[in-house]
Amino acid sequence: MALEKITSISGKGIYVHGDDIDTDRIIPARFMKCVTFDGLGEYLFHDVRKDPEGNEKEHNLNDPRFSQATLLLSGNNFGCGSSREHAPQAIYRAGFRAVIAEGYAEIFFGNCTGLGIPCIQATKEQISEIASTVEKDPNTEIEISIENSTVSYAGKTISIQIREGAKKNLVAGKWDPIAELLEAGSQIDQVAGKLNYMKS
Amino acid sequence: MPKNLFEKVWDAHSVRELSSGQTQLLIGTHLIHEVTSPQAFGMIRDLGLNVKFPNRTFATVDHIVPTNETVEPYSDPLAQAMIQELRNNSEEFGVTFFDTNTGKQGIVHIVGPEQGITQPGTTIACGDSHTATHGAFGAIAFGIGTSQVRDVLATQTLSLSKLKVRRINVEGELAPGVYAKDVILHIIRLLGVNGGTGFAYEYGGSVFENFTMEERMTVCNMSIEGGARVGYVNPDTITFNYLKGRPYASNGDSWEEQVEVWESFASDPDCSYEDVVNIRAEEVPPTVTWGINPAQAIAIHEHIPSVETSPEDQKESIAEALEYMKFEGNEAIMGKKIDVAFIGSCTNGRLSDLQEVAKYVQGYKVKEGVKALVVPGSQVVSKIAIELGLDKIFKEAGFEWRAAGCSMCLAMNPDKLIGDQLCASSSNRNFKGRQGSPTGRTLLMSPLMVAAAAIEGEVTDARETFGLLTVA
Ligand code: SF4
Repeated sequence: MALEKITSISGKGIYVHGDDIDTDRIIPARFMKCVTFDGLGEYLFHDVRKDPEGNEKEHNLNDPRFSQATLLLSGNNFGCGSSREHAPQAIYRAGFRAVIAEGYAEIFFGNCTGLGIPCIQATKEQISEIASTVEKDPNTEIEISIENSTVSYAGKTISIQIREGAKKNLVAGKWDPIAELLEAGSQIDQVAGKLNYMKS
Repeated sequence: MPKNLFEKVWDAHSVRELSSGQTQLLIGTHLIHEVTSPQAFGMIRDLGLNVKFPNRTFATVDHIVPTNETVEPYSDPLAQAMIQELRNNSEEFGVTFFDTNTGKQGIVHIVGPEQGITQPGTTIACGDSHTATHGAFGAIAFGIGTSQVRDVLATQTLSLSKLKVRRINVEGELAPGVYAKDVILHIIRLLGVNGGTGFAYEYGGSVFENFTMEERMTVCNMSIEGGARVGYVNPDTITFNYLKGRPYASNGDSWEEQVEVWESFASDPDCSYEDVVNIRAEEVPPTVTWGINPAQAIAIHEHIPSVETSPEDQKESIAEALEYMKFEGNEAIMGKKIDVAFIGSCTNGRLSDLQEVAKYVQGYKVKEGVKALVVPGSQVVSKIAIELGLDKIFKEAGFEWRAAGCSMCLAMNPDKLIGDQLCASSSNRNFKGRQGSPTGRTLLMSPLMVAAAAIEGEVTDARETFGLLTVA
């Protein structure tokens, strides 16, 4: 299972304003009545985009100027709440390939990395600068170098953070851990064999 | 070197270090439910893999089950399809399934403990963020995503980074009418919704030592609402007594030997922690959320914060919350008219929650116009409650008595808020749209506070409603 080595990602950005954006907001529970992840992209941020009558609200996510965006910018504690992988799956299926935020909830971060969606950490100031550049010119090309922990846009390059473990996995093409986990083979049984409760 | 419980369990379950520096950790017990598992079974099927330890994998159905109809097919064909999928997967892979006809079905975090599957010194994973609940037994329990459910199914392991451990001491005595729910809401209010990121919370101190297992579960359950993926309490006699005699509690050794193993995982007296937080029990008030995340909470007699008087870095989120909740800054939370009252969920849908409320609601009536639901967390809880006559007490007081499930905690079944209804809820999340209506509003509080709100038709101090305040 050779995976793509994710060393850099470039694209246009969109800013989804706010801290503590939870996974219920990223994908409301009523869209999780499904046995596959197909088609989830359509419901990404559904209630952020639409009012209860189904009319589009005024929001960057509905603004055609940002329809080409593949990089999602947001605030702190992004992806908090429910562990639903439906959230990163919806993000990916809606065409997004990386998230740049101030911070992430633990489970969401792991879920994203496992799908090969880098979660980049930047400061509040850095994000608002990128966001305002993008607001002015939605066509701004943003390039994230995973290897160098930098983001380049509009002629400048800034240092950002990528968690060490995630960075290694992305760059080595090992972001989906299943192959490496399987390699452990009998070592798993040895550890299990030492634990009484595993025998019952 | 002395170690804390987290380190001991981690070391006992470490398989090896992975190339990223993360640990391949053995997961002793895997709990699954219908919403986050079907895709994972699909993935292992696609990869031609099998379930490695079917005897360590336990399934139940909770999120989508209707609580007002028990005869299949359910009126919602999607719900029916999801439960059928789990039935098929469990059968194909030889996984134990606590189905609706077993008398053991219920919310996965209630079923594990009550069946004796949840044990001290073990690792547990479940595709659900409230898996930390199981930490009440001194287990290290991780909420995981669906691809990780696949990893556990196929390898019984996960790739994980080690967490730091924060000790949270609550010392002293809680006042009458103050519950485990108030303790955890208070902790989240103090430390914030992301204060626990990167941490496991170890809860201790006299309050936790005296808590029942069900109270410990209520607190551990909401660790994730404070950003901590894992929360736990060290195992003790209360833990062992709870487990004794439960269907899956025996591992084949004598009881004494087993208890000895469990005890050996408890944190050593002189172990170290990343940091320590101390809280006085007397300072914990009956707490209620007013906003759109669980840290936006106040004591029942406090006023809702205003944008003007809030710290700079909170102004924006407070403004957003006030707008969504249709509240004004500086208003009292007391007296807010409620439309719905919900008692249930993996936080507060256990027998002792229902018993505590039933003790007080006798002789009272739910206010006209308020829809009040009691949803037991499992079929076992429901059966015992009915044997004790609690269902009658609730029904006489005007509550609907439902079948076991998650119900209005996340409203994937027909129990949903309508429009911008305001709901007093014993559940764990007050996110925008959480209870099924994109504009629905949730106030989190203890079950007794929910009952008091149902009776008064407005947010109120349960201690006053039920005469719990001692006159000084
Ligand atoms: S009761 Fe609520 S929080 Fe608990 S498992 Fe069910 S949906 Fe999740």
